[in-house]
Amino acid sequence: MTTTLYTSDHEWLAIDGDVATVGITDYAQSQLGDVVFVELPKLGRTLKKAEPAAVVESVKAASDVYAPVSGEVLETNPELASEPALVNSDAQGKAWFFKIKMADKSELGGLMDEAAYKAHTA
Amino acid sequence: MLARDDQESLKNTPLHGLHVSLGGKMVPFAGYDMPVQYPAGVLKEHLHTRSQAGLFDVSHMGQLALRPKSGRIEDAARALERLVPQDIVAVARGRQRYAQFTNSVGGILDDLMVANFGDHLFLVVNAACKAEDEAHLRANLADDCVIDSLVDRALIALQGPKAESVLTKLCAEAPGMKFMDAGPHKVAGIDCFVSRSGYTGEDGFEISVPAADAERLAKTLLDNPEVMPIGLGARDSLRLEAGLCLYGHDIDTATTPVEAALEWSVQKSRRRGGARAGGFPGAEKILAHFDNGASRRRVGLRPDGRAPVREGALLFADATAGEPIGKVTSGGFGPSLNAPVAMGYVPTSQSALDTKLFAEVRGQRLPLTIAAMPFVKNTYKR
Repeated sequence: MTTTLYTSDHEWLAIDGDVATVGITDYAQSQLGDVVFVELPKLGRTLKKAEPAAVVESVKAASDVYAPVSGEVLETNPELASEPALVNSDAQGKAWFFKIKMADKSELGGLMDEAAYKAHTA
Repeated sequence: MLARDDQESLKNTPLHGLHVSLGGKMVPFAGYDMPVQYPAGVLKEHLHTRSQAGLFDVSHMGQLALRPKSGRIEDAARALERLVPQDIVAVARGRQRYAQFTNSVGGILDDLMVANFGDHLFLVVNAACKAEDEAHLRANLADDCVIDSLVDRALIALQGPKAESVLTKLCAEAPGMKFMDAGPHKVAGIDCFVSRSGYTGEDGFEISVPAADAERLAKTLLDNPEVMPIGLGARDSLRLEAGLCLYGHDIDTATTPVEAALEWSVQKSRRRGGARAGGFPGAEKILAHFDNGASRRRVGLRPDGRAPVREGALLFADATAGEPIGKVTSGGFGPSLNAPVAMGYVPTSQSALDTKLFAEVRGQRLPLTIAAMPFVKNTYKR
């Protein structure tokens, strides 16, 4: 059973044991506009919470995606290289960015559940 | 971006209410609250302009009339030639020309369009520079010209392959106009100034319309299924693909027209040996650049990969070491090319087409190639 949590920077994390699948929210993609390029972290990179982990480029601008938790990058989504527009069409599904092996699950403490995130973006 | 305090003093164009009703995402731009995009989004708006027609509100730009006190248009043209390196005397009635106001060191204060309307010159200048431009004209041309700031007019651009057929329904003379023709015409019964020009690389028109009639005209144009409203986001990606300079980015007070690869815009009559050579601010420097070349030059850049290379990225001659050799001044994604595009300045000695360079983006050196501009072939009706 996975639980989905959200950050105030508009990332979602699907938690399965000590692995989190990370992407940006549908609200975030709607704000960014048409995504034309996604830069993903290198496999095996150790990310510290809140450091820039990925970059989303729209026609207009580049936006950083911050590591929502600390840990090691286990996997990145190969489909985003050939089809960055997936971020617009399925932000919280097929357009996941990376999977991270969490170093410290207590970092999840400050994150929001879906109801709290909805209130945050309302 | 403007500070919060300034947002409250943002100005609105006469089409502001229409933008909001069309779902425009409004942002501060050059002191105005302007639509950066509509619900369709930048990508669709860009591609629609290239395949059909796009309507742009460019009412934030400055519109000015220079009326010769003598009553002779040539006197206004000669006066304006004191401020620009272009041949204005040769601009025939009903024609328009691209020009630059230069400064004493040969840099560019603003770029503009100048049209000959028979009894006066009609100027369109950039929004961010319009107050300074007007002051500059008053300080230098007041003896020869009455300078009218046409603040009660909106400016609407209709661009794309369907622009002509759409405008023809409202203005029978439209199809008879050629690229850079300009003059007074009735559009939908309204007294307008129409030029066949634009900032997209496409065929199209710019229509100066009294503010009170602007919304009605815009709505009439938008009633055509071929016409979609286009925001500033796509305006920028369209002009970038067309290789056109954005003032304050690709050209500024420290770039000469020669450095900016705008030699084509300086007619022979104003160059060394011409009938009215020199006589504009910074002539010594600009003519020296014509004689000897400038040390740097604006070039088109095509990144080899998919990552956009944006304004401010430093350019390097090789993948690893070395001092930067130049800088990107505009860059982003070109929807029509489905690839990133950019322009920037490099040493003239390294500005040949197909030269391989590197841009530093987020600590990585990304390969790119110097490429001819426009990146997308223009479709002007010459």
